[in-house]
Amino acid sequence: MNRRDFLRASLGSAAAALAPGAVSARENLSPAPQAVGMLFDSTLCVGCKACVAKCKEVNQMPPTPLGDEVYADFAQDLSPQTHNVIKVFRNGSPQTKDSPTDGFAFEKRSCMHCVDPGCVSVCPVTALVKHPVTGIVNYDADACIGCRTCMTGCPYNVPQFDYDNPFGLLHKCEFCNQKGLERIDQGLLTGCAEACPTGATLFGSREALLAEAKRRMALTPGEIYNYPMGDVRAPASHHEKAVPKYQQHIWGEREAGGTNVLHLSAIPFDQLGMPPLGERSYVSISEGVQHGLYSYMALPAVVLGGLTWLVKRNIDEDQEGDEQ
Amino acid sequence: MSQYQPLQRRILTLPFAFLGLLALIGLYFLIERFVNGMGAVTNLNGGFPWGIWVVYDIVVGTALACGGYALAVTVYVFNKGQYHPLIRPALLASLLGYGLGGLGAIIDMGRWWQFYNLFLPWQMNFNSVMLEVGLCVSAYILVLLIEFLPTVLQKYNAETWLKRLNKVLFFVIALGVLLPTMHQSSLGTMLIAMGWKVHPLWQTLHLQPLLAVLTAFTMGFAIVMFEASLSAVGFRRDPETQLLSGLGRIMVGLIAFYLLIRFGEILLRGKFGLLFAADLASLMFLLETALFAYPVLVLRSASARNSPRALLYGAVSLLLAGALYRFNAFLITLDPGPGYSYFPALPELMVTIGLVAIEIMVFLFVIKTFPVLPRDHKGPASHG
Repeated sequence: MNRRDFLRASLGSAAAALAPGAVSARENLSPAPQAVGMLFDSTLCVGCKACVAKCKEVNQMPPTPLGDEVYADFAQDLSPQTHNVIKVFRNGSPQTKDSPTDGFAFEKRSCMHCVDPGCVSVCPVTALVKHPVTGIVNYDADACIGCRTCMTGCPYNVPQFDYDNPFGLLHKCEFCNQKGLERIDQGLLTGCAEACPTGATLFGSREALLAEAKRRMALTPGEIYNYPMGDVRAPASHHEKAVPKYQQHIWGEREAGGTNVLHLSAIPFDQLGMPPLGERSYVSISEGVQHGLYSYMALPAVVLGGLTWLVKRNIDEDQEGDEQ
Repeated sequence: MSQYQPLQRRILTLPFAFLGLLALIGLYFLIERFVNGMGAVTNLNGGFPWGIWVVYDIVVGTALACGGYALAVTVYVFNKGQYHPLIRPALLASLLGYGLGGLGAIIDMGRWWQFYNLFLPWQMNFNSVMLEVGLCVSAYILVLLIEFLPTVLQKYNAETWLKRLNKVLFFVIALGVLLPTMHQSSLGTMLIAMGWKVHPLWQTLHLQPLLAVLTAFTMGFAIVMFEASLSAVGFRRDPETQLLSGLGRIMVGLIAFYLLIRFGEILLRGKFGLLFAADLASLMFLLETALFAYPVLVLRSASARNSPRALLYGAVSLLLAGALYRFNAFLITLDPGPGYSYFPALPELMVTIGLVAIEIMVFLFVIKTFPVLPRDHKGPASHG
């Protein structure tokens, strides 16, 4: 093979590898076998923020004051001190709860514990790990270099970096199961689910929660349903309430590969500020590209071999030219 | 004697002192960052974890530092030996640019004292595009140091070492072509994982790596033309117009190819309407495209490519185009959702400006004391 042919061949293969289609994306990951999760039913949430207070108590985080007002927690959004927050969404003049027009609703924001988590995929140093059995996404501060790629890779803007501390770290909900706390391992619920007085935040296995969510989808608006509280598999108590007009959509069943925290609502999810996600996780595509280019470093090795050969030849030729 | 020579001029000049002042201001805020945390000097937040320190110092900065890469490909892979005289200043600028990128990465790391985890095999996450970027950039800085070593050895007349180095240099050069190809494409892949936050006009999914490499490559040629034209004007040296016009021709071809892919993607994926949305993104896209198109229009004809002025303008336009492409994708049109906005704080800007000032100061110092620039054939600088 002469040089021109080799060049053409190696450039061709490199271009083919970079071209769309040649790199096959992997499938979305599947839910962990015994995945735990939560079901947040926005129509049950009364905005009492008991879950916010309990979360801070359990995770030993200070309340967020509003100016000088310190008698309650005024957290507006997720932050290094707030792993779980209740936000209010209004539309028009907020008169009727859970009405898509002239209505308002409460929405919970916390880590969704994605089935195919962006943060886990993009972290260069394995500081974010999805537990293989429970599906909980945990954080390892000793591994973290603070590059904040996880924040760019999270579709929900969940991980929060503590910029105000020179030795700060990343903060996110770990399902109250981080080292030293391990509430789930001890058979307890997450703090927020335990504290919720209406069952708006319900704990359980992803499977059982998904079944409960589907049951609610099938109910007729106006009929009375006995809502469970605590753990969906062994409820601490129940309360009866008329069924609202649910959106026929279980957020997290499929979004970007699904999440272990599922949401129900009477208001369309985009109005509640949920991100525009398809069923495919973005990281299944980026990992496909990444592995297409670098699997076993085969392509780089071949290209390096070709380049070395070319460079050496060209340098030797030049030197011969110089000597003549 | 060597075909390169130090530019024998005074080092301490007025511009040099001004750069020094900027560097000091930057260093002051840098100290504040390490004492009081990043929040004290930056406007970073939960939706915009990456500000100008990442986007300028690393994403744009390393692309601006691709001169050494573009020339190495031209000279050693495509065997265009005539461009050899341009290679040392290009390598020096690359070394400094990538050095700045590496430094910027450390400064921006929230937990910088644990940075070595990036190099521990049991900590590595091989799914992570960021890992690939981190390792490749680190390796490439080492490669650039070795590639620049002959200049240093030559200054101190270390002939034996120079001969030894020359025996293995071909492999280092080959690595120096491979590594930037790898990590520049990965900078593009990063945008895929950022998903819906990246504006549809810049979210090209599988095409990201290709577009990133192409822009890096064109910017590499542009920076070589820019540097050569500037040092010709600034130090009243021979303009290397003949060489540069050749590079101009390669550049025009590459940009045309890039624009074809860019617009093809937009048309095929049905995003054409977004161009006329008359919002910030559509405006930015038009500006970016105009900056890319300008060098193609100006440098189309051979006669235009022989005008040093046209070459300089074309190069500047392309540098701005490539930089804006990356700024747009990573920052300006990025939308992490309601409630989040970002504009760099003044101290944050000053850190970046200070780092660039230091980079230019080191560049000036080195070309005045080391044999980096090609030997001038006329002009006052031709010492023996």
